[in-house]
Amino acid sequence: MLTIKDLHVKLEEEDKQILKGVDLTVEAGKVHAIMGPNGSGKSTLSYVLSGRDGYEVTSGTAHLGDVDLLDIEPEERAAAGLFLAFQYPVEIPGVGNMTFLRTAVNAQRKARGEEEMSAADFLKEVRARAKELQIDADMLKRPVNVGFSGGEKKRNEILQMAMLEPKMCILDETDSGLDVDAMKLVAEGVNKLRSVGRGFLVITHYQRLLDHIKPDVVHIMADGRIVKTGGPELALEVENNGYADILAEVA
Amino acid sequence: MATPAPQTDPTEARIAHLTLPAGGWSEAARSDALARLRSTGLPTRRDEYWKFTRPDALTQADTPKAGVLVDDEPPIFGDTDALRIVFDDGVFNAEASDDLALEHVTIERLGDTKADIHWAQGVYGVLEKAGQTPVARPLAALNTAFASDGVLIHATAKATRPINLVYNHRQEASDAILHHVIKIDADADLTIMESGPAAARFNKVMEVDVADGAAFHHVRAQGRDHERLAATHVFARLGTESTFKSFTLTVNGRLTRNDCVIELTGDDAIAHVAGACVGDGDFHHDDTVFITHDAERCESRQVFKKVLRNGAVGVFQGKILVKAGAQKTDGYQISQSLLLDEDAQFLAKPELEIYADDVVCSHGSTSGAIDEEALFYLRSRGVPAPIATDLLTLAFLAEAVDEIEDEALRDVLVARLEGWLERHRS
Ligand SMILES: Nc1ncnc2c1ncn2[C@@H]1O[C@H](COP(=O)(O)OP(=O)(O)O)[C@@H](O)[C@H]1O
Ligand SMILES: [Mg+2]
Repeated sequence: MLTIKDLHVKLEEEDKQILKGVDLTVEAGKVHAIMGPNGSGKSTLSYVLSGRDGYEVTSGTAHLGDVDLLDIEPEERAAAGLFLAFQYPVEIPGVGNMTFLRTAVNAQRKARGEEEMSAADFLKEVRARAKELQIDADMLKRPVNVGFSGGEKKRNEILQMAMLEPKMCILDETDSGLDVDAMKLVAEGVNKLRSVGRGFLVITHYQRLLDHIKPDVVHIMADGRIVKTGGPELALEVENNGYADILAEVA
Repeated sequence: MATPAPQTDPTEARIAHLTLPAGGWSEAARSDALARLRSTGLPTRRDEYWKFTRPDALTQADTPKAGVLVDDEPPIFGDTDALRIVFDDGVFNAEASDDLALEHVTIERLGDTKADIHWAQGVYGVLEKAGQTPVARPLAALNTAFASDGVLIHATAKATRPINLVYNHRQEASDAILHHVIKIDADADLTIMESGPAAARFNKVMEVDVADGAAFHHVRAQGRDHERLAATHVFARLGTESTFKSFTLTVNGRLTRNDCVIELTGDDAIAHVAGACVGDGDFHHDDTVFITHDAERCESRQVFKKVLRNGAVGVFQGKILVKAGAQKTDGYQISQSLLLDEDAQFLAKPELEIYADDVVCSHGSTSGAIDEEALFYLRSRGVPAPIATDLLTLAFLAEAVDEIEDEALRDVLVARLEGWLERHRS
C-alpha cells in the first residue's frame, strides 16, 4: 500500500537534513506504528508524505499503491487515498466545520470521477459518524477547530478520516493531549475503520495508544532513520526501558 | 504676441458645463452648496483626506469614459421583492421603474418636485453641510448644487417592502449626479438597496434623517464595470434609540471613494457601517468614515474588509469622534485587508478622538496574506488549492458580510463574491 524507499529530506530554507534514508512498507489491512524520541523526524515524514511546503526531498521515493506521491499536489494525494491526522490540527476561523467537510468529501469524489454526495446523504452520514465520536451538533457548526479543546480537535480529525474513507491513514501523535477517556474514544474510532483494504501508520511517542490500537508492526525512528523494526513487544520494551537502550544497541 | 493659456481654476472648469437647476424649494440649498464648493475648491492630493486617493479622475472637467460591462449575471437584487426605481446613466427610467407607491412611504423624484415648499428642505443639503465640518467634502457640495435627480423618500411607519434603487450604466461616456433624501419618522422602518455601476462616473449623495426609535437598513452593491468611477457620500443623523445599518459590496471599479458621515445625536442610538470589497488589477477603493458620538450610550461599529490582488489598492480612513458628554459610548472599528499577492496595497488611517471619560472604543487595522497553514490543511483533505483559497477568502470577508442582518440578502451578496473569486483565480 504505502512504500517508502530510502527517503532523504532536508529543510528547504536551511541546510539541515532531517530524514536520512527512511525505508518503510505498510501493507493493506495492517497497522504499523512509529515510535521515537522527540525531534527524530516522525512529523516531518508525515508532512513530506502529505505534501507540505518547506521540505526538499533530496533522494528516495514514496508510493501509495502505484501512485508516486512525491510527484503530485497535496489535494491529489488526498484524492489518491492518503490521509494525515495532524499532530496540531489547524484552526480556520470563518470556515464552518460542515462546509469544510462537505467540500472536502465532494472535491475528492470529483477528483476520482465519482458522483458528489447529496446534501441530505452527507448530513445523514456525518451525523452518524459524529455521534460515534461524541461530536455534537454545535461542534459541527462551529468554524473548523476554533475554540475546540485538544480532545475535540483530535476527535474532529478522526471524524474527517471517517468521512473521507482514505486508503492509507497516518496518525501523528493523535494521543497527545488526550485523557484516557478521550483516547479510548479516538482509538475506537480508528479501530472501526480498520479493514482489509486500509493501511495505518500510527505515530506516537508513548506506548499507551498502542494498548488500544493494536499494531502489527512497530518501528523505532531515531535521527531521521528507522533504526529497529519488530512486533508489538517492541512498544512494550520502549515503555519499560525508554529509548536509550534501543538506541545504544543500534548505535 | 503669444496668448497665454487661460488659467482656469479646476473647480470652475468642472462646473462650467453644469447647470444649477433654478427655482423651487431646493434653489436656496443649491446656491448655498455652490458657495461652499467655491470656498473650499475641489479636492486635491494635498488635502489631508485625499492623501491615499488621487481625486483627479473624480474632479476632471471632461465627461469620463468607461466601458460598459456585458453583464452575465442577473440583476443582483432581482429575486428580492422590492419597489424598483431605475436610473440609466443618472436619468430616471419610468418604464423600467415601478409606480412610486408604497404604503406608509411617500416617494418623489428630486427632478420632479418644483414646489416652493417641501418637507425635504429640512434635510436636503442640511446634513451634507453639517458633514462638511471638521472635514470638507467638496464633491458632496458639488452634488447638492448640481444634482440632476434623485429620490425624496419619507417613511411614516414601517415600510412593507424595501426600495431598490437600480443604477444602470448604458453609455460609455456618462456622468451622473444623483442626490437622495431619506426621512424616517419616529418608530418607522425602511430598507433601501442600491445596485449597479450607474455611469462612467457617478457622484451620489444620500442624506438620511433617522428619527427617534426609527430604523434604516441599507445594502448596496456597486456595479462590476471595471473602468467606472464613483464618489459617494452617505450623511446620516440619528435620533434617540434609532438604528442605522449600512453595508456596501464593491467588486471592480477603477476608482471608488465611499464617504460615510454619521452623527449620533440622540441617546442609545446604534450605527453600523460595513463594507467588503474585492479588487484585481486597476482597482482603487477608498472607504472614508467619520462617526461622531454626540449623545450618551450610543454604539457604533465599522467593519471593513478588502481583498486585493494584482496591483489593486485599498484605502480605509475611519474616525470615531466622541464629544464631551457622550458618556458610555461604545465604539468599534476594524479594517483589514487580505493581499493575495505582493503587488496589492492597503493604506489605512484609523483615528480616535475622544473628549468623554467613560467610553469604550477600540480600533484595529491589519494587512495579511492567505494563511499557509490553513491552506495546507484544506488541501490535505483534498480541497484543490483554488477552492481552498476561495474558502479562506470568504472566511476573511465573513465578519463584514455578517453585518448584513437580512439572511437572504447576505446569501445573494456571498454568491456574487463567490462568482467574483471564481473568475479571478490565479
Ligand atoms: N519547518 C521546520 N523548521 C525548522 N526545523 C524543523 C522544521 N521541521 C522539522 N524541523 C526539525 O526537524 C527535526 C525533526 O522534527 P519532527 O519531524 O517534528 O520530529 P518528531 O515529530 O519526531 O518530534 C527537529 O530537529 C525539528 O526541529
Ligand atoms: Mg511530531
